[in-house]
Amino acid sequence: MHEMSLCESVLQIIEHQAQTQHYRKVTAVWLEIGALSGVEPEAMRFSFEVVMQGSLAEAARLEIIELPGIAWCMPCGREVPVQQIYDACPHCGSRQLQIVGGDQMRIKELEVE
Amino acid sequence: MCGICGCGEGHIHSHDEQHDHEHPHDHHHGHDHEHGHHHHHEHGPEHAHAPGLTQARMVQIEQDILAKNNRYADENRCYFADRGMLALNLVSSPGSGKTTLLTETITRLKGELDIAVIEGDQQTARDADRIRATGVPAVQINTGKGCHLDAHRVGHALESLKLPNHSLLFIENVGNLVCPSAFDLGEAHKVVILSVTEGEDKPIKYPDMFHAADLMILNKIDLLPYLDFDVEQCIRYAKQVNPRIKVLSLSAKTGEGMESWLKWLKAELELQRIEYA
Repeated sequence: MHEMSLCESVLQIIEHQAQTQHYRKVTAVWLEIGALSGVEPEAMRFSFEVVMQGSLAEAARLEIIELPGIAWCMPCGREVPVQQIYDACPHCGSRQLQIVGGDQMRIKELEVE
Repeated sequence: MCGICGCGEGHIHSHDEQHDHEHPHDHHHGHDHEHGHHHHHEHGPEHAHAPGLTQARMVQIEQDILAKNNRYADENRCYFADRGMLALNLVSSPGSGKTTLLTETITRLKGELDIAVIEGDQQTARDADRIRATGVPAVQINTGKGCHLDAHRVGHALESLKLPNHSLLFIENVGNLVCPSAFDLGEAHKVVILSVTEGEDKPIKYPDMFHAADLMILNKIDLLPYLDFDVEQCIRYAKQVNPRIKVLSLSAKTGEGMESWLKWLKAELELQRIEYA
């Protein structure tokens, strides 16, 4: 989806942090992308390269940490793995699931100079 | 209200929302320029040290990529709450009949409620013009290359609308069943509109949107006799993706089912008047 504008947000955060963290160049960026976040890692890589051009993160390496989807199954009373937000519980088949992990998209850390 | 975006007292802007204004938080970073080298310092690190002597270090960020949008969304939510307003984020694919549903809704309710509309489209002010023809205020936001509305632009649109308390605000998002699902605008509910000409499997093909919505409107039901659309199956798919979703079937064109939608709107608006401790 909107990976281009997500990358623009990433760049804004990087530029903003540059002032307080005192760096002039970013050589690597680690993103945590959950399996349920709706973000396509390949589209993210493509957009990242385009968006970072001409910025302080030009040619920075993008490392995507993919996090698995996890839901709380109410009938089972425990966490279960899910691949999609509409998956049923793999143990009891219930759809009364609450997503508890894997929906995040975060900038974790940067390698800077 | 603009403690976060910092773009001037009271957030009041007389400029056209289609205009890409130059606020500190809203600047374009030169990535759409061919040259784009103005971010480089003249004494860049590439000149500062010999190979092998890099000063690389790690910086922890731990920030949600959408954090900024979410802060603006919270501001908008406060704005709505302070004024007892009901804001709805209407999402759908292009051509589902959102604007017709809105004009028909407004025609029926404008005598008893204050209503306004924020229209998001990539280009043109055609939808805002259609809304204004019903006699209620509308602001058009053209997203240009963007595939969704964001909370910041909605915040600016709010300032130019200057709505009375207890208004009903419709935010008609860009026709797109994917991207707008991730962008909170501060609305009370996302309402997804699906027309029966689109196929009943849309909820499982675009689960993010149906998961994020609280209400699904099945529109254009006057066309059902001419189509192979399985209403029951569609509702099953929607509930599979989102067990909490409520569904209303209607035809904005013939008026069938509109009564329940109007009742829902009035009830939801009434809920916004409650002042919680």
